[in-house]
Parts: sequence; structure tokens; C-alpha cells
Amino acid sequence: MQEHDLSWVRTEMALAQSAPRSEAGAFAWGRKNLFATPLNSLMTAIAIVAVAWFLPKILNWLLFDAVWTGTDRTACLTTEQGGQLPVGWSGACWPFVINRFGYFMFGRYPIDERWRVILTGILFIGLLIPLLIPRVPFKGLNAVLIFGIFPVVAYILLLGGVFGLPHVETSLWGGLMVTLVLSYVGIAVSLPLGIILALGRRSRMPVVKLLSVIFIETVRGVPLVTVLFMAAFMLPLFVPPGVTFDKLLRALIGVALFASAYMAEVIRGGLQAIPRGQYEGADSLGLGYWQKMGLIVMPQALKLVIPGIVNSFISLFKDTTLVLIISMFDLLGTVKQSISGDPTWATPQTAKTGYVFAALIFWAFCFGMSRYSMFMERRLDTGYRR
Amino acid sequence: MATQDVTEDIRPAKASFLYDPRVRSLFVQAVVILLLVLGIWWIVDNTLLNLRRSNITTGFGFLRGRSGFDISDRLIEYSSDGTYGRALVVGILNTLLVAVTGIVVATIIGFLVGIGRLSNNWLIRKIATVYVEVFRNIPPLLVILFWYQGVLALLPNVRGSYVLPFNSFLNSRGFYLPRPVWGDGAWLVLAGLIVGVALSYFVARRAKARQAATGQQFPVFLTSLALIIGLPILGFILSGMPLTFDLPQKGAFNLTGGLNVKPEFLSLLLALSFYTAAFIAEIVRAGIQGVSRGQTEAASSLGLSSGQSLRMVVIPQAMRIVIPPLTSQYLNLTKNSSLAVAIGYPDLYAVGGTILNQTGQAIEVVVIFMVVYLSISLLTSLLMNWFNAKMALNER
Repeated sequence: MQEHDLSWVRTEMALAQSAPRSEAGAFAWGRKNLFATPLNSLMTAIAIVAVAWFLPKILNWLLFDAVWTGTDRTACLTTEQGGQLPVGWSGACWPFVINRFGYFMFGRYPIDERWRVILTGILFIGLLIPLLIPRVPFKGLNAVLIFGIFPVVAYILLLGGVFGLPHVETSLWGGLMVTLVLSYVGIAVSLPLGIILALGRRSRMPVVKLLSVIFIETVRGVPLVTVLFMAAFMLPLFVPPGVTFDKLLRALIGVALFASAYMAEVIRGGLQAIPRGQYEGADSLGLGYWQKMGLIVMPQALKLVIPGIVNSFISLFKDTTLVLIISMFDLLGTVKQSISGDPTWATPQTAKTGYVFAALIFWAFCFGMSRYSMFMERRLDTGYRR
Repeated sequence: MATQDVTEDIRPAKASFLYDPRVRSLFVQAVVILLLVLGIWWIVDNTLLNLRRSNITTGFGFLRGRSGFDISDRLIEYSSDGTYGRALVVGILNTLLVAVTGIVVATIIGFLVGIGRLSNNWLIRKIATVYVEVFRNIPPLLVILFWYQGVLALLPNVRGSYVLPFNSFLNSRGFYLPRPVWGDGAWLVLAGLIVGVALSYFVARRAKARQAATGQQFPVFLTSLALIIGLPILGFILSGMPLTFDLPQKGAFNLTGGLNVKPEFLSLLLALSFYTAAFIAEIVRAGIQGVSRGQTEAASSLGLSSGQSLRMVVIPQAMRIVIPPLTSQYLNLTKNSSLAVAIGYPDLYAVGGTILNQTGQAIEVVVIFMVVYLSISLLTSLLMNWFNAKMALNER
């Protein structure tokens, strides 16, 4: 056997060299992401200037120059306008929001009875959170509780008139509470109604199909304002004289019908995505129409369109602000009313502050919903990736 | 004998006609129609009764009545002596004005932000993302009110108005801009424009045919640009420059003359276009991302520059994905323009609401709303479907 001379083989490992300066570290990152080309560098410069100009202004207005305490408008006025602040001052007038917070949340709901609204809210959150977390069991029971039992409890708690609870007129309701009631009812009604309309649109029965198409396309073709207008002014004409409709109920009907037309289109998209074989498989098992839809098609279709459904929920949530046009006071309505109808807080900064506050609340809700839908989308994506 | 027995046995039993799908379907439809007819009859009956009780005559005759209210923003002549019908036309034109300008502005912002979302530049990408996430999640009505009551109402009054270049002013009554006044012979400019567009179309067709036949290219874009800009200018010079400007004059308490863009219009336009632009940006991003990477790589392997591959390979394919959702965003913007009523911009909805309050003709006014909005929706869809069909994939 010949001995191999292995002396040319390196015995100790070479130390890893650090990556070249142009490939790693902050410098490389900057070169790649901020200064890749001359044009890119120019854009970066413009963007930096814009951010450096706007961001301090926004932060100063929101936080550092803002007024935080006070009891009336004089707290947020400059010396020129009759207050103490320096001339040229501009900042948020938070005492306005703090002072009016109860009104923004509950409207003119009697202060002594507000615990009922808070209790309803706690119940709702307590039922909603386990429904939203996928790992928590008893989803069926949970859904029955939140969509079957909760509305009854909430109706009794909010409206009162039974069990010794004083009756509270819906005309006293307002603020975020009305926004949430409108959204909840809109969502709870539009989902089943949307399913029925979507099935109707794909039905083989010409009459059912035609009616569904007419309803969906008419409602989708007109603005929500028109639908609300119809609900507010025409609905009372449609019922026998003497029968009166609650104003909130009329708005609820309008919002729910409007949302269900959009929901129907989303669900129809899901129905169309289910392969023909699924329908035929159900037929060959001898299932009837409702069994086929309820057990085979709908579960798959709804799962596919969850992002679309949540998007409709977000639109619905934003659209509830429109009830302000038929003079109801949802969150935006109460804010607007406090701005234009209340001399105690009439300052140049009040409007901006109030709307920024309302925007933050709406934004938090919508952003939360959209993030949740993205999370569900990723979670449900498993079996359907082609 | 035996075989015959068997055949008789396997002949399917006559199913009860209750289980026949056709009978069932007919029955269900009959019930639906019956319920519908009964429901409509009930509603019509109640409505007629209610109308009779409140002494409201039905029909569209009220449109010829004198309106008695004035409309500040108008594109056509109108005064309080005009009829309700004319007031509605003013409203429809205002709705269309907001919708069209809004669509143009939203498309421009939306495309810029959408491309910004895909930029290589980290900072631009983040700014675009923040824009989209902020404006997508705030109700448009809130944005309208914010601009109207929070920003534009705080502008100084007429005496302290901001003086901008070209003798324009900005104050709490809106923008005052110089208004162009066309003199005699201005039709030559318009004619130049029309001829320019027509010629460019012709040139583009010829150039395409020639490239398909011989492979030779022709600078279509520059030629069209020269034609579309050059011919109107030529017409302008030939007709002796018939353009003067009506400049806004600053008096002691008021600004007179010029073109006044009211704060109502401005807030509506800003809010609607900012809101819709956030959605358009997402559509554009999805469209560009929907074009597979292989397409860009194939384009560069053919030797196209990055600009060329964007213009000739990526955008035409992205447009196919973008157009259908873009159409529905345009429709949404048009429908959202009805929010104008919240700040008193006299669009169709606000004018109609005033008429309803004066005359009580709820049904007729709502019918007019529905007809107008449905026709606008239908027209926009038809136009965009035509555009979509033009851009669609030409397969064999």
C-alpha cells in the first residue's frame, strides 16, 4: 500500500471572514434600499425632507403642543382669541374630548343607566374573544350564544322596560354604542340574508334567480345614502297608517339590506369557486338541496371567502357613519354635533381634535378587523394552495 | 315467462308527483310570485292611503313648479325662479363634476402610491404603506368633515387671504383662480385639438401596421405629443390669441371676479380622492404583482430595457387584472359623492333632499335618485367593460 502524503490538506479550519462592507450591515442595507440609483437617492432625499417637515408638526399638534386640561373653551384659545395661549398656537384641544367622552360613547343615554350599556359591551367582548381565537373549543355553543342569546339579552338590557329596568328610548341612544349596534345587527342580518340571496342568484328557478338579481344589482347600484333615505322616508309610507317605526329600526333595516346585497356577491364568488365535482358528489350521495348546500358546499365556500366577508364587515362598519345624514347620532354624529352645536367648546382647534379622535377609534376597529382577516387567511390557506 | 316477470319487477315504481323536482320548483316559484304580488299590493295600498291622508299628489308634475331656492355652485344658469326639474339637473351636473374630477385625481394618486408600495426604496415603500393603511380604514364621511370643518374653515377670511402666484387667493371661501375667457376665433384652438387627436390616432394605427409588416418602428409617442400640443397652439396663434384672463380682484371686503372653487367642493374632492386612492393603490399593487416574474425575465432576455419591459410587457398584463376592480372603485367614488349632502355641496342628493322637504314627494324623488345613480353606474360599467375587452388577452 502506498502512503499518501496528505501534508497539503489544511488541518485547522479557516476562520470565516466577515462579509464585504458592500454586502452586509447598515451601509449595504442603505445602499440597496435607499440609494440604489441616482433617482432613488433623490426620492429618498425628498421623502426625508417631507417626513422631517410633517412628522414634527403632526406630533407637536397631537402631543407636545396640545392642551390636556381645562373645563371650557378658554383653555384652548390664544390671547388674541380671549384665552391664555400664545398667539399663533396650534395644537389639539384634548379637554374637549375628555369632557365629552361620555357623550361620544353613549349619546344621551341616561347617566344612571349607562352601566347597562357597559355590561352589554363586556358580555359581547367576553363572547367575541373566544370565538375569534381558533384554539378555544366549543365554537358551536359560542356562536349560538353570540348570535342567538346575546341579541335578546342586549335588547332587554339596552332598551329596558322589563325586569324593573327603566325604558330608554332609542332616540336617546348615541355615540359609539349606536355605531356598534348598527354594525352588529348589520353583520348578523347580512350574513344569512346574503347567503340566501347568493343561493337565489345561482338557483335554477328563473323567478327566484331574477328577483335575487334585481335586488342585488339595484341595491349595489345606488349609494347607501339613498337606501337610508328610502328607509327613513318611504318605509313609513309602506305600512298602514298608525303603525310607527322606530327611527333606529328604520336605519337598521336600511343598513342590513344594503350590506346583504354586497355580502351576496362575496358569497357567490365562493360558491363559484367550488368545483362541480363537489355538487355532483353530494347529488350522488342522495343529499337533497339544503343538505347539499349546508353540509358540502357552504362550509367550503364560506371558508374560501372569509377575507371578502371581513372586508364587507369593514365597509359596513365605515358605512354606519352615514346615518348622520338622516340625523341620527352615531359616533361621528355625536362628534359633529358637539363641534357645531355646542358653544362651550367652540374654538378653532375643536373640529380638528374631535375628528382626529373619531378617526383614531374608527381606524383602530377597521385596522384590527383587517389584521384579523389576514391572520385567518394565512391559517385557512392550508388545503387550498394549488 | 320468467324473464317477463323480472322485467316487470325492475320497472321503476311511479314516484309520487310530490317528489318530482319540476313540480316542486314550479310550486316554489308560484308561492314566491304570490307572496311578492301580495306584498306589493299591500305596500301600494298602504302608500296610496298614506299619501291621500297627507294630501300629496303623486306623479312627476311637481318638477315644473317654481323651486324658490338658490344654488350657489352651478354649471348652468339657474336662479330661484327656475323649476324643480332644472334644480335637479344642476344637482346631477354637480355630482358628475365631483365624480369625474375625483376619479382623475384618485387615479393619479392611487397609481403613484401603488407603484410606491412596490418601490425598491425602503422609505418610499413605508410612506406608501402608511398612506394606504391610514386612509383605507377611516370612513370617507369623517375625512370630508375633517377637511371641511377642521382645515378649510380655519383658513383666514377674505381680508387676510393667502396670496398665491398668478393672482390667485386662498381663504375661507375657497380658492380664487384666474378664469380664462375665450374670445372670437377660439374654436380654432378646439379644432386644432380635435384634428391633433384624430391625426395621432391615424399615425398610431399606421405605425403599428408598418411595424407588423416590416419591423420598422416609428416614434409614435413624440409625434402624437407634437400633434396634440402643436396644432392647438397653431390654431391659437392663427386666430390672434383670443385668450384673456378674468383675474380675481381684491376689494375691501370681498373678492370679485375670477373662478371660485368653493370649500365644499374642495373638501369633497380631497376626501373622496384620498380615500379612493388608497383602494386604487392596493389594486395597482396587486395587478403588478400578479404579472409573473418570468414575464419580466423573458422581457429582459429579449433585450428590452427596464422601461420598455414595464411599458410593453408588465403594464399591459397588469391592466387586465387592474381594470375590473378599478371599475368598481370608480363606481364607489361616484356613489360616495352623495356624501356631499353632509357639508351642503349641492349635488343631486342635496338638491333632491331640499325638494323632498319642500314638496313631500318622497317616492318620486327617491325614484329619480335611483334612476340617475343606476344609469351612471351602468354607463361607467359599460365604458370600463369596453376598455376591459380592448385590453383583454387576445387568444387564438
